[in-house]
Amino acid sequence: MRLELSRVVQGCRLGVLTGLGKSGQHSLEVPGCLLYTRCATVPHLTQDTLHTLRDLPSVTQVSVDSFAEHHEVLEEFKEGVRKFAGLHDTVLFCSLHDSANTNPAGHVTNKTVSVWGSGGRIELTVARFMAIQAAIQPDCYQSMADGETWQAGVSRKRVRKAVDRTLAHLDECLVLHQKTQELKQAEIFGVVEGGDIMEERLRSARETAKRPVGGFVLDGFHSAAMDQDVRAQLVKATSAELPQEKPRLVLGVGRPDEVISCVEAGVDLFESFFPFQVTERGCALSFNYSIDPDPETAVLEINGEMPADKKLNSNGDENMMPFEMNLRDKRYQDDFCPLVEGCGCYCCKKHMRAYVHHLLVTNELLGSVLLMLHNMTHYLGFFKALREAIASDRLQDFKNRVLHCREGDLK
Amino acid sequence: MNDSQVNQTSLFKMAAPVPSSTHECEDSMASMKAVSSAAPLALRIVAECPVSKARACTLTLPHCAVLTPVFMPVGTQGTLKGITVDQLEDLDCQICLGNTYHLGMRPGPELIEKANGLHGFMKWNRNLLTDSGGFQMVSLVELSEVTEEGVKFRSPYDGKEILLTPEQSIAIQNSLGSDIMMQLDDVVSSTVKGPRVEEAMHRSVRWLDRCIAANKNPDRQNLFAIIQGGLDAKLRKACLDEMTKRDVPGFAIGGLSGGEEKDDFWKMVTLSTDHLPREKPRYLMGVGYALDLVVCVALGCDMFDCVFPTRTARFGSALVPWGSLQLKQKQYAKDFQPIDPDCQCPTCRRHSRAYLHALFKSDTAALHHITIHNISYQLALMRSVRQSIIEQRFPEFVKAFMKRMFASVEQYPSWAVEALQSVNIDVS
Repeated sequence: MRLELSRVVQGCRLGVLTGLGKSGQHSLEVPGCLLYTRCATVPHLTQDTLHTLRDLPSVTQVSVDSFAEHHEVLEEFKEGVRKFAGLHDTVLFCSLHDSANTNPAGHVTNKTVSVWGSGGRIELTVARFMAIQAAIQPDCYQSMADGETWQAGVSRKRVRKAVDRTLAHLDECLVLHQKTQELKQAEIFGVVEGGDIMEERLRSARETAKRPVGGFVLDGFHSAAMDQDVRAQLVKATSAELPQEKPRLVLGVGRPDEVISCVEAGVDLFESFFPFQVTERGCALSFNYSIDPDPETAVLEINGEMPADKKLNSNGDENMMPFEMNLRDKRYQDDFCPLVEGCGCYCCKKHMRAYVHHLLVTNELLGSVLLMLHNMTHYLGFFKALREAIASDRLQDFKNRVLHCREGDLK
Repeated sequence: MNDSQVNQTSLFKMAAPVPSSTHECEDSMASMKAVSSAAPLALRIVAECPVSKARACTLTLPHCAVLTPVFMPVGTQGTLKGITVDQLEDLDCQICLGNTYHLGMRPGPELIEKANGLHGFMKWNRNLLTDSGGFQMVSLVELSEVTEEGVKFRSPYDGKEILLTPEQSIAIQNSLGSDIMMQLDDVVSSTVKGPRVEEAMHRSVRWLDRCIAANKNPDRQNLFAIIQGGLDAKLRKACLDEMTKRDVPGFAIGGLSGGEEKDDFWKMVTLSTDHLPREKPRYLMGVGYALDLVVCVALGCDMFDCVFPTRTARFGSALVPWGSLQLKQKQYAKDFQPIDPDCQCPTCRRHSRAYLHALFKSDTAALHHITIHNISYQLALMRSVRQSIIEQRFPEFVKAFMKRMFASVEQYPSWAVEALQSVNIDVS
């Protein structure tokens, strides 16, 4: 695995991660995202519906949360998750947790962490963790880590412990990694902890960087953990301590504004659980990320009028993020437009808002299928546009466009 | 356009463009006659079983040809439970059902009409059959009152009283724009006996006439009659005599999928097909278990529908030629073969029982995989039945089918053995 950076603009790293997978044939553009799955399935999608999506990320993400309970089955199967799940030709990255779940805290010890499957909590020592990795057979995985520093009022002592434990786990993982046949060609990523304490973050980064890891996972930065400015500061400082030529993946960050902020702070990779969460809310991503000149929009902007689509971003729904539209809203009942005009996803090419609305209010499973297809497409489009903006020196325009929608109105 | 499409166009106006059919369509003008004046339906009998009453036909409808015997999956609310219309098309489904009662409630006929009918609303380019809403009145809601006018019942959504008349049912179905519409019938549970059954039968005949009169689109939408009469041979015969006098393009056999004794069930089916015109399609409503399908094909039915395969899929039950697999059960956790090694559906080509068992605990996609398999199973079953009729080996097919499905001859359900015997197929 190699990270080839073509340029760094305002902190944003642009490049390609090459030599991925057993055959070394796969590559992933950065900044980019992994393909989020639950139990190796992109939520709601079968292979047929999944492959209506174009330009799928070449790296699929699974988690120990998902597969720990299937350890025995995988050991008997012997050929790893990719084959077990009937996945397409893809690179497999295994994280510890599923970022779309909020697991209960307080179950970490000096020697163990816990994961949560459908049957409840499963406690893992490093030995068991590594045995599970051997059964999953990922191409790349994060080492076992103590990431429980995100609660309010976590003490400095606790944060320090998390850093120490995580380093100890990493060292143990590295030893076992060498001895495990099934992981011979796999890469292990070190995990940087440190909560919201700068000193600890720097210590964790420096120490982890000393180990022979293929890349770095930045943990404990997810949305609930800290506000954006603090995160940006910490990520930037952490990033500076890490080798430039190794990739950095941040866990638990998915919202478009937070993604941009992290990219500016030096992050390369993200998970794609965010479009799934939007789907579960019955919402469709609709924020504009296109900075290509669109004469019509430009005219309206100049004249101080808002295009109809943009008005819809402020539905007044408290739980809803400003980047999306709530398809359960009555206003879509007889709206025969596609979810997002110009979107090339299966849902937008074939169906209309009124139909998706109908599926949602009647609790039909197809609603989630169609929304998932749209939301993944939109999210991947966002990342592509971000890379293009960095490449063409138009990051500010891009930020204005994406973050603009947040405001809900035009100046 | 190829020859068959030219023929179809000249016979009747289409509601929507006919996609190019990949099926046998060597019909010539001469052999394709419309079964009733102005109705957009033609039935060509391709082969008949010389032993039983089974037949294989090509049923031409406005959106495309349907090869019978056919199983029609049920897409109640304008969607087939998590499956996209593309996936349904890839399974070679040529006709599926929409539900007038549900769609009439939500989103309502006006909206659907604005969206270019149910075809336009759900973007299904092949055929649709809608039922009248009658069955839901019995099965789903608190039945207030049946009068000559129609059925009064209480809406589960807002508690208001609704009156569904034959005219309204047809009006809704006209808005939905289905290729086949069902008359509103006075539905009585098959376990009910006594004068109510006779009353319902006679009323259904009168309602049939009202439905025929109310149909705004006889050139684009086919209205089927529904034979009632419960489990009473005399009443059924009377109903058959009356309804076959009406000029409808097809007949359904109703009132027989509700928990009655199988011994009574098959006798009513065979009585009905004995007295239905040969050159019109016979639709047996609500029948869907594999065994029932095969037996009723032998008894002369062409079309079937049932929620069973799609409903049971969502409980993790996968249909196979030897019964069904309850995939949620522990025994499948380490079973690495596909549901059916001989099945060609997308699920069986890619996934194992073990993976599906695991996935059930995590994601709805597991349901979709099984739904796809179960629909594929039912459609494939009907295709093999049809092929065996065409190749004049249907009785052999039935014997092989029974052998595969049941562990021993002693386990063959006696009703099925008798029913098959009645049409000269001896499986014992």
